[in-house]
Amino acid sequence: MSKNATAASFTEDVINSDKIVLVDFWAEWCGPCRMVSPILDEIGAEYADKLEIVKVNVDEEPHLAAEYQITGIPAMKVFQNGKIIREMVGAKPKPALLADLEGLI
Amino acid sequence: MREVIIVGSGPAGYTAAIYTARAGLKPLMIASSVEPGGELMKTTEVENFPGFPNGLMGPDLMYAMQEQAERFGTEVLMDDVIEVELDGDVKKVKTGSGETYEARSVILATGAAYRELGLPREKELSGHGVSWCATCDGFFFREKTIAVVGGGDSAMEEATFLTRFADKVYLIHRRDSFKASKTMVDRVLQNPKIEVLYNSAVAEIKGETKVEGVVLENTVDGSKRDLELSGLFIAIGSDPRVGLVQGKLELSEDHFIKVDGRSSKTSIPGVFACGDVIDPTYRQAITAAGSGCVAALDAEHYLTA
Repeated sequence: MSKNATAASFTEDVINSDKIVLVDFWAEWCGPCRMVSPILDEIGAEYADKLEIVKVNVDEEPHLAAEYQITGIPAMKVFQNGKIIREMVGAKPKPALLADLEGLI
Repeated sequence: MREVIIVGSGPAGYTAAIYTARAGLKPLMIASSVEPGGELMKTTEVENFPGFPNGLMGPDLMYAMQEQAERFGTEVLMDDVIEVELDGDVKKVKTGSGETYEARSVILATGAAYRELGLPREKELSGHGVSWCATCDGFFFREKTIAVVGGGDSAMEEATFLTRFADKVYLIHRRDSFKASKTMVDRVLQNPKIEVLYNSAVAEIKGETKVEGVVLENTVDGSKRDLELSGLFIAIGSDPRVGLVQGKLELSEDHFIKVDGRSSKTSIPGVFACGDVIDPTYRQAITAAGSGCVAALDAEHYLTA
């Protein structure tokens, strides 16, 4: 199951994680976010050994959204060893998201 | 094999589903995995759909249409059509998850996709200040200066909506008057946070990692000037989604699916099209819904003939 990160847990959940972490910045009022969220959960479950999905609610965590310069959601940032190694913007079908993650999972 | 497959899930698709379902045809709707509900899912208040005197939210209207379609036996699949075979008596529809569905008829209601400005930095800065969805992204521009490009109803709606967040909204328009409806234009002109820049086009988007401004070109005298911005919302219309049927169905000169007169009949028997993908002119939720009804009745006639 995907985790929800807060500003307090972000370092532990994302930055210091041993796995590759996909952070999904989302909000309740964002229709495309609600569509892409279950797809990310599926991908997280299928590739659980390699990838972790972490969600950040931008309403509840405006500082994280600002720190990562989010100006549109859904925004997905892939972290490895604390660094962003890939970024995706906008809701996409599962095959397209898997293609975006190619080489990582 | 099924009687009818509906591709698309906007007002046209759902109306076709409601009608064919009530006719006992057990339609399968392939609604898209990430954009079910179509364009109205990205709007806020819909004030001109008949029957709702106090208006309603675009997404709520679409959820209601889905509920109504399912009530009569429509099967709604959250998947994407990636290929169609339309020739012959058995039509085949292949989806992103690898399934192939067969039906005696197909109703295409694939709608239209946002048009891009076609500027070099536009794609790279998408999600970094360039946006096509004010309701999705407006939130991130609190107390910022931003701009909307366009002159139609959707540009007016976005500009008005964005004043909830932004301190200042420029409305950039190529001409000296708007083609949007008078109600929407009046709302824009009366809004103290909106400044209209007529006869102006975006010539360049500036910014390394995020939008920092644009170069505006005067469409009358060609003069250029800089405008500082944090966000650029593009609302310059849309193009029909005909990728699936390119080379398979006859298209009109302006690349809409060609239909026979007032009907929904395409160049292949048993294949019908409705909504924004056939409509270069009106493109309203209610006209799309009407057109979806036409397609359902045409399909029903075809199947029982």
